[in-house]
Amino acid sequence: MPFGNTHNNFKLNYKVEEEFPDLSKHNNHMAKVLTKEIYGKLRDKQTPSGYTLDDVIQTGVDNPGHPFIMTVGCVAGDEESYEVFKDLLDPIISDRHGGYKSTDKHKTDLNFENLKGGDDLDPNYVLSSRVRTGRSIKGYTLPPHNSRGERRAIEKLAVEALTSLDGEFKGKYYPLKSMTDAEQEQLISDHFLFDKPVSPLLTCAGMARDWPDARGIWHNDNKTFLVWVNEEDHLRVISMQKGGNMREVFRRFCVGLQKIEEIFKKHNHGFMWNEHLGYILTCPSNLGTGLRGGVHVKLPKLSTHPKFEEILTRLRLQKRGTGGVDTASVGGVFDISNADRLGSSEVEQVQLVVDGVKLMVEMEKKLEKGEAIDGMIPAQK
Amino acid sequence: MSGSFRRLISGRSTAVLLASLGAGTMATGVLLSENGSLAAEAKKKLYPPSSDFPDLRKHNNCMATALTPAIYAKLRDKLTPNNWTLDQCIQTGVDNPGHPFIKTVGCVAGDEESYEVFAELFDPVIKDRHNGYDPRKMTHPTDLDASKLKHGMFDENYVLSSRVRTGRSIRGLSLPPACSRAERREVERVVVTALAGLKGDLAGRYYSLGDMTEKEQQQLIDDHFLFDKPVSPLLTCAFMARDWPDARGIWHNNEKTFLIWVNEEDHTRVISMEKGGNMKRVFERFCNGLKQVEHLIQERGWEFMWNERLGYILTCPSNLGTGLRAGVHVRLPNLSKDPRFSKILDNLRLQKRGTGGVDTAATGDTFDISNLDRLGKSEVELVQLVVNGVNYLIECEKKLEKGQDIQVPAPLVMFKK
Repeated sequence: MPFGNTHNNFKLNYKVEEEFPDLSKHNNHMAKVLTKEIYGKLRDKQTPSGYTLDDVIQTGVDNPGHPFIMTVGCVAGDEESYEVFKDLLDPIISDRHGGYKSTDKHKTDLNFENLKGGDDLDPNYVLSSRVRTGRSIKGYTLPPHNSRGERRAIEKLAVEALTSLDGEFKGKYYPLKSMTDAEQEQLISDHFLFDKPVSPLLTCAGMARDWPDARGIWHNDNKTFLVWVNEEDHLRVISMQKGGNMREVFRRFCVGLQKIEEIFKKHNHGFMWNEHLGYILTCPSNLGTGLRGGVHVKLPKLSTHPKFEEILTRLRLQKRGTGGVDTASVGGVFDISNADRLGSSEVEQVQLVVDGVKLMVEMEKKLEKGEAIDGMIPAQK
Repeated sequence: MSGSFRRLISGRSTAVLLASLGAGTMATGVLLSENGSLAAEAKKKLYPPSSDFPDLRKHNNCMATALTPAIYAKLRDKLTPNNWTLDQCIQTGVDNPGHPFIKTVGCVAGDEESYEVFAELFDPVIKDRHNGYDPRKMTHPTDLDASKLKHGMFDENYVLSSRVRTGRSIRGLSLPPACSRAERREVERVVVTALAGLKGDLAGRYYSLGDMTEKEQQQLIDDHFLFDKPVSPLLTCAFMARDWPDARGIWHNNEKTFLIWVNEEDHTRVISMEKGGNMKRVFERFCNGLKQVEHLIQERGWEFMWNERLGYILTCPSNLGTGLRAGVHVRLPNLSKDPRFSKILDNLRLQKRGTGGVDTAATGDTFDISNLDRLGKSEVELVQLVVNGVNYLIECEKKLEKGQDIQVPAPLVMFKK
């Protein structure tokens, strides 16, 4: 599933030129990298589970992109996609992740004690703190490709692992297809509920098939640790709380992840990871740590300063609206998070957020007093 | 690495071993190499059909009614000669549970052979959708002789426009859910080359969706000819919008009375239409145009998909047979308010739609009235049924205008048992 794995050999009866997609109006990483030569070289290949080049690129063919926003334009159907189609994916990964080379090694560091500070972000400015990542489970194909049987097996395994957690991680699983109205209302109020994807970036990659079969949400009783099952990745893991104690959020994130990983390993289904690409996820943009650590922070003055964008870039941070990706900021409150995913560790990325946000809050305070901040603008990190 | 892994995992003894371990997830770890994904062959054994059977408990479509675990188990691992699978046929029905009041079909064909290879699913779906038509026992009549049509001129005080549409598929090429870009481009090439051979009142021009100018686009919108990328999940979940707008386009004759859509929901959709009530002329042009196009593609060694059990083969089972929808836009201000309106339509085997087409509401008192049926009656029979039915509706309207009473007609019989 879904498009071409069994159909692929049949397509080989046609010449490369006849099958090559028309990418003349496209602006995404896949369209920039894919040539007829690469297409010709890879189109007769399949991963062991039958994922093909056309499967990888379909979402990028169907979504030409936007002149200002460069999407990735391809997905992996399984762990082996990154190997079998490396002639396409390595240059895309390099483009998307700051020149990351095919020989580079990625460092994983989930030891929260290596984080310095992070427990003293001013709660008058930092309204909430959050860290998320994704994990894929070895032995199963990824959301663009998996069958209902596999997806259900993933859910079963995830639920078994999560419901065995205790202490601060004791919680409950809510399958999407059988939650009660009351449960649904509560999950919406908590901002936990995820919906069937409507973005064509995801639907054209086959990720919404069979919705809502085997999809669900697990969260701990304290509502500070949340796992999405079978949305865009096998698992999306989120640690969050109100206020500025990013250190505590990160501690819970690391501890929770490690507990979950242990259980999966016991069942011989550890997480997909390798030393070149780090954690393997569906979208190449999430390789490495797959980590987005961020805060909702009030920066009404700084955000209108002419050097705001430059400051963010130098701090290796990005801004989003408080609704998440592709939303606008409301009332001077921004979502500020790390821009990088691959080539630096979890600790390093969260450190950048902690240090960067601390600096920006100090700048905001200076601007409130009518003072200049030129001396505080950092060098490129 | 992956090559040697595949040899390891696809050996028969390994497959038997996997099967004996059952569909349990925990045991697979032992037999995976460091790299994880199971080869497609081994996967089939590890995930028996029962583990893949879709959850259709909240579904209301013909596929969900017909598909049983036994049928699924039998057909899941089969392939058509183009390597199309059952899961691909039913994906749209799994993803679109349907509505309690509106029963959609819930499955599509990827190629001509889908209707054969997956007959155990498609036959009951066809029966359900087409009034009990049994493709194993019955034959479908094709008749495109427009001279047989009687009384095909409507009172233009009531009928504003007349239209007949159908679809045609090019034999040997996969259908829109399944086709590769090369196949779709080939459909476009075959059809556009043929249409370039049309002459006289049928001479016309092709507008490729990807290459048309702004001006051409505006004109096609004004003429109500332009079709857009499908947004209905019924179609997008059936993979029909892939690679848009590659190899899609619109052809129409210079007089704007004969129009062909290329590579939308079917290889071709063929439309004949005019303002006013001359259904006879619309149908004549329809039949004539179709025959000429067929002749032109045959000259180059192609033909339409057709067989005597299912008639013309199209993507959606609901369009099998004639694939024909003949209809009018007609004003029925009095009749439409009469409580017997729906029953009269039912008995005449007609359906009403809004003037925007399927799933739209009527504006004012003007309705789109067309045939309900597609399979089991010929083109001539169905258009005659529309002609007779619309004439009856106009009679009723006139009677009600004069304050006279109307009668609900006896129901038409579909098939002789």
